[in-house]
Amino acid sequence: MLNLARKDSFANGIHPPEMKDETSHLAIRRFPFAPLLIVPLSQHLGKPASSVVRAGQEVSRGQVIAEADGFMSVAMHAPASGIVKKIALAPGIGGNMIESVYIEPHPASSQEVEGGEACDVESATADEIIAAIQSAGIVGLGGAAFPTHVKLKPPEGKTLDTLIINGVECEPYLTTDHRVMLEQTADIFNGIRYLLKATGAGESIIAIEANKSDAAKKLQDECPADLPVSIRVCPVKYPQGAEKMVIQSLLHREIPSGGLPADVGAICVNVATTAEIGRLLPRGHGIQERVITIGGPGIKRKGNYRIPIGTTVRFALDEAGAAKDIARVFLGGPMMGPSVSNLDIPITKGTSGITAFTQAQIDEATGHKHIYPCIHCARCVEACPLFLNPSQLGILAKNEEYDRMVGEFHLMDCFECGACSYVCPSHIPLVQYFRLSKKMVRKLSAAK
Amino acid sequence: MSKLSQYLEIGSSPHVSSGASVDVIMRNVFVALLPVCAFSIYAFGIAAALVLATATLTCVVTEHVICRLNNKPTTIGDWSVAITGLLYGLTLPPDLPLWMVAIGAIFAVAVGKALFGGLGCNAFNPALVGRAFLQAAFPQAMTHWSLPLAADRFTDIPGSVLAFPFAEPAYDAVTAATPLARMKFEAIQAENSELLWGMTSGSAGETCAALIFIGGVYLVARNMMNWRIPVSIMLTVALITWVFMQIDPAVYPRPSFMLFSGGLMLGAVFMATDMVASPITNAGCWLYGFLIGGLVVVIRFWGGMPEGVMYAILLANAVSPHIDSLIQPRVFGTGKGAG
Repeated sequence: MLNLARKDSFANGIHPPEMKDETSHLAIRRFPFAPLLIVPLSQHLGKPASSVVRAGQEVSRGQVIAEADGFMSVAMHAPASGIVKKIALAPGIGGNMIESVYIEPHPASSQEVEGGEACDVESATADEIIAAIQSAGIVGLGGAAFPTHVKLKPPEGKTLDTLIINGVECEPYLTTDHRVMLEQTADIFNGIRYLLKATGAGESIIAIEANKSDAAKKLQDECPADLPVSIRVCPVKYPQGAEKMVIQSLLHREIPSGGLPADVGAICVNVATTAEIGRLLPRGHGIQERVITIGGPGIKRKGNYRIPIGTTVRFALDEAGAAKDIARVFLGGPMMGPSVSNLDIPITKGTSGITAFTQAQIDEATGHKHIYPCIHCARCVEACPLFLNPSQLGILAKNEEYDRMVGEFHLMDCFECGACSYVCPSHIPLVQYFRLSKKMVRKLSAAK
Repeated sequence: MSKLSQYLEIGSSPHVSSGASVDVIMRNVFVALLPVCAFSIYAFGIAAALVLATATLTCVVTEHVICRLNNKPTTIGDWSVAITGLLYGLTLPPDLPLWMVAIGAIFAVAVGKALFGGLGCNAFNPALVGRAFLQAAFPQAMTHWSLPLAADRFTDIPGSVLAFPFAEPAYDAVTAATPLARMKFEAIQAENSELLWGMTSGSAGETCAALIFIGGVYLVARNMMNWRIPVSIMLTVALITWVFMQIDPAVYPRPSFMLFSGGLMLGAVFMATDMVASPITNAGCWLYGFLIGGLVVVIRFWGGMPEGVMYAILLANAVSPHIDSLIQPRVFGTGKGAG
């Protein structure tokens, strides 16, 4: 009875303008092949894949071009039929150089996808499904790019009771998951079958925010009767898409500090990832493309596009029509998306969107505003979904007191959602400080 | 390939912000104080206008000069010093000599704020630091009260206001006692209607409880004030007073008298809520409010002075950092909530 007071949401959080109306009604469109595709061998967290092709080799679309190197790694597939020009370093989003396969697609090719070994959900065992997910190259498509098969196996001594399909998509501007839920409804349910079998979870919940009620309705209407799945609509709030937050919202379970969803018997898989599992596994295909939102005020033909992996940001912006005065481009949404310093970096499996701002948005939002001292207004404390004290952490970061930040104020729990920086009336770059501090802490502990 | 802009700006996310700004918050507090100031001038005439103007101007000029002396850009643009000036002026007797007003204002900003490191670093509410200084330096002038709504308040400037610096001020107006002093020394309680609508004597801005309350509601509605602080102060004062009234109604006043008299409303709504000098967590704010409320009652009932709001808030300001180190938010996934 006490549960009556509980809302299907987590505590704190913020409400940035959603900006989703511009693209949420636009159906997913196919993207042409760029003249050159750059497929990095490391598009996921973990070990890079090891290449199995050489320069000059013909590859066909869907062919494995790199195999998983160990368990914390996934395979890569050719995004197009063509010729391998070279295997060389290519720039990544962080300015780092990543070993990549350069493929020049054949303009005249029919671009049929090469089939592989199918994985049948009825006959396959849990381990076979997990192996099939790994060889299909599937990683979290929500942005983190964590190899999906790794988290499907419950750690020793833990059981998973609930599978959460994360269709929250709380980042402003992004509508890929929304469109996937509307257009790949059957794939999602199919993917849930695979995931339930692989994890042994007894039930599944699809989590959706209230701004996507049409998707919730479609999923509800088409839900197969034999599938233990429920659809739950949560109030809109950022950052509800984070694993810790969505599990709190739906199950009212708090993942321990430093722990995993498995610690509370749950597993969380992005809805687009689920749809890809449901679409690819029955055919034995691997990921060669993904849906991304290209949007923001600097884009002329905003929309959701199914885009080959390895397409450069420059080609994508050309196709979608970038305004002449774009001033900042970032991958993903404006709250957490890293900004792009080089337009010739490729789109990878973890890229959920390309958002372009012009100078006007930058001036309005973050543009070189005067930084006032912290006035202890507590807005950051009221925004932080993990109940950290960003005000105090910010002061400590400035003084480089990393030990206290970690020991007393749980710096390492911060997942950098940016809510603190968003609300700060003093314009203190709080999350930016924390990002830097976390890097410093890792560096210092590695040096020890 | 295209010739897309060669000059992309890189920025660390988030790339959007709520648009909130310190100067906007401060301007709103300033606006919330204006009705209180207007009533003060209505009730006490030219004298109050002169006191408020002198207080605010001196504070702003002091901050500007100190910034310049430190070779730093001036910080008067963040409006926080203007609030300090107005608040400080509102706590003073309306016929206080202007030279005293100016000295206190300089002390408030120079010692109460700049010495600690400026905005964000002041341990105490600077306006109250200035007032406490005057209370110690000029106890007689600081306890001299004029009657509200005097007939000649818009035509005559009281002689005391324009007293020559360091000369004994000559009071020509009829003097009056504040409701709290009458309560303490004559056991007479003012009516609620007089207290709510400011028909009593007292500091320039403390007499009209209703307008102060409206200013507070405005700020709470705009998420620019933590309502827990004034509410906990008032609850504590009302509760303790009610208990003592049950014990001996002849000695102890009724709770509403305690709430609406003296500087309690002004202090609870505008002084104690100084964000810099109050705790950061909501739980901490409740504790801070209880502390102020308790101290106010103790000083008023058993202290040597009729009023204790100023010292109660200053003491609680001193405790505030300790409350913050005692009460931190429970981090997600730790303690009893985890699992």
